Amino acid sequence: MADLIRLRDDEAVDHPAVTVDSFLEQPDANAVRIEPGDDARALLPHLAQIALVEINFPVFGDGRGYSAARILREAGYVGELRAVGDVLIDQLAPMRRCGFDAFEPDRPLDPVAVDAVLARFPAAYQPAADGAAPIWALRHG
Amino acid sequence: MRILTGNDLKAGAVVWWTGYDWSRHVEDAADVGDQADAIAAREEAARRVNAPYAIEATRDAGGTPRPAHIKDRIRALGPTVRPDLTLKPADPAVGNWVI
Amino acid sequence: MYIYDEFDQAMVDARVAEFRDQVDRRLAGKLSEDQFKPLRLMNGLYLQLHAYMLRVAVPYGTLNSAQMRLLGDIADKYDRGYGHFTTRQNIQYNWIRLEDAPDILADLARVGMHAIQTSGNCIRNTTSDHFAGAAADEVVDPRPYAELIRQWSSFHPEFSYLPRKFKMAVIASQRDRAAMRLHDIGIRLVRNSAGELGGEFYVGGGMGRTPMIAPLIRDFVPIDQFITYAEACLRVYNRHGRRDNKYKARIKILVHELGAEEYARQVEEEFAHLLTLGIEPPARELERIAAQFAPPPFASGLPDTIDRSDPAFALWAARNLQPHKAPGYTALTISLKPTGGIPGDASADQIRLMADLAERYSFDELRVTHAQNIVLPHVRKADLPALWRELVDAGLGSPNLDLAGDIIACPGLDYCSLANARSIPVAQQIGERLAGKEQDIGELKLKISGCINACGHHHAGHIGILGVDKKGVENYQLLLGGSEAEDVSLGKITGPGFDEAGVVDAVEKVTDLYLARREDGERFLDTYRRIGVEPFKEVLYG
Repeated sequence: MADLIRLRDDEAVDHPAVTVDSFLEQPDANAVRIEPGDDARALLPHLAQIALVEINFPVFGDGRGYSAARILREAGYVGELRAVGDVLIDQLAPMRRCGFDAFEPDRPLDPVAVDAVLARFPAAYQPAADGAAPIWALRHG
Repeated sequence: MRILTGNDLKAGAVVWWTGYDWSRHVEDAADVGDQADAIAAREEAARRVNAPYAIEATRDAGGTPRPAHIKDRIRALGPTVRPDLTLKPADPAVGNWVI
Repeated sequence: MYIYDEFDQAMVDARVAEFRDQVDRRLAGKLSEDQFKPLRLMNGLYLQLHAYMLRVAVPYGTLNSAQMRLLGDIADKYDRGYGHFTTRQNIQYNWIRLEDAPDILADLARVGMHAIQTSGNCIRNTTSDHFAGAAADEVVDPRPYAELIRQWSSFHPEFSYLPRKFKMAVIASQRDRAAMRLHDIGIRLVRNSAGELGGEFYVGGGMGRTPMIAPLIRDFVPIDQFITYAEACLRVYNRHGRRDNKYKARIKILVHELGAEEYARQVEEEFAHLLTLGIEPPARELERIAAQFAPPPFASGLPDTIDRSDPAFALWAARNLQPHKAPGYTALTISLKPTGGIPGDASADQIRLMADLAERYSFDELRVTHAQNIVLPHVRKADLPALWRELVDAGLGSPNLDLAGDIIACPGLDYCSLANARSIPVAQQIGERLAGKEQDIGELKLKISGCINACGHHHAGHIGILGVDKKGVENYQLLLGGSEAEDVSLGKITGPGFDEAGVVDAVEKVTDLYLARREDGERFLDTYRRIGVEPFKEVLYG
């Protein structure tokens, strides 16, 4: 877990996540792992019992996980949303905007650099899943 | 012959492996035989070149390497529609070399 | 003209700082080329045949004089004294140093410009009608809506790693001057029977190796929901667009494979959900933006006539002017297609001169057209003779708008690492060959691409040319019958390809056939559609 970056204070789930398919067969786990191509909406009836959703990025260029993350947050999911796999430092800011609050990259990231990229942009043009007021809201009070 | 080319990482300019360094001029290109991958990996890791790749070439009558494919001949020369911006700006018919 | 406020400026400045940091990390070896490539592409920086190439966004093709002047200065300071205007209303520089790129972006930011998302698998620069705000036939100026899309799509966190690139266009007239239905999303602003403004959404068009005309997905999206609807279109694509094959990853393939109806159904479902989230910018934001596109203070009572006593001027004025909504004014097109020249290229001096002319004659405004020309949108008719003389002196007075010499051509193998054949020399030779006949031939849209990616829009040319690699030798296929306008159609390949000299001859043969067979008032395209491809095949191969 040394390379786990968490932006939340609660206790991290310490057991492995199950696949979406096995979760749906027997929905008793509290940690699920979404692969690209899995339908995040299949989890919506069960969100209250889930404490950790891992969204896997086998290659950084496959952006399906960004939609999966937003869909879960839009449905009211409040548990941990962790990006795992080929997660690059320059992707952390957009991932956080889509609702991710934990990152477990294959290759460890420099914590100082992480703080810098997360603080880079002063605002955002569009609403997403991070609760930030979009620029049009800031403009018009 | 087999020659190695790429672009200078900082400047972007087309460069050719001379056997010990990179040159802007295809005339300086050395035959790399089966060493292309090793040289490319080493030079890329040292950040002296970007996107290196090996190509086939022949030697013309004067011994100058001539890349087998037109794309690499245009890379070696410059845009045929702007002779003034090629490596041989004084020769208005320089574009004929690539065809 | 949209002017950045403190928020826009802060975002663009942050982007410059971010890219400076990314370039530093690349040069220091902390980023591999594989990791750096998508980052530099999202800042418009390619590695091309001879050097890095930087593509600067010209949002919906609109520029002011200060911006245009800076584009000329960048060409001198960081490049080799010229720039290339593209079919997506942008400008490209061909000889950029990676080390200089952050400084160039910083210079651009000072005049409210950027290169954000001019490449990469994200939402690209939104294009529009180059006569927007001037055209007599528009329902509304489409640019405020394009600017709203620019802001919504900039740094969109969900849509930065789409299956493939994504291009949008917004127009507001029945005439289509932006190839709207050949975009991933084309929007035509219309009024419904109640007089309310909304958008027709066409989704899944494109050129490339599998050209498609976008089907109508929804015939009226209310204007106060159109960002939300676009978000729904994109989310369905991001989730379900193909990622197994780069050549099948564009949204046109998804729409084609699902069928337009099923795609529309999925979008409606997502749209209904997104409407509950309140993501649509409020009306007052649109009003704030629209106020900046208010018409310039046109003078009234101007003479609405043009002195055509000079025949050379009269020829140019007959070709290169567009009806304007304000009496006494016209929108004029500066052709970047001198006979034998490089389509879309302009020298630093020419770019600065066009900036000066806009300042003096066109309320400080210019446009870039998808046909790689420049428009001065608001010119007094009385000023035309003086303005024209300055254009002629600068080599910018070609009277050939939409004629055979007004060829769209991609950079081709002279510059582009993806190309299979050169485009520019073919354009130059066709232009020279037809120079004596082009006024007689009349409207003829000739479009040349140097590879199947179709940046030169060859599918949409009345005459299209596609360069291919035939065993290491350049070869050119001829297509006939395409159109990017409101009568949109895709060209069809006539038969076996030609070598460079052969394709120039072939174009002359088909235009000669047209001249022999045309009936009153027919354009080349009309004659082709009336008589079909067979007579053309006969003169080409018979």
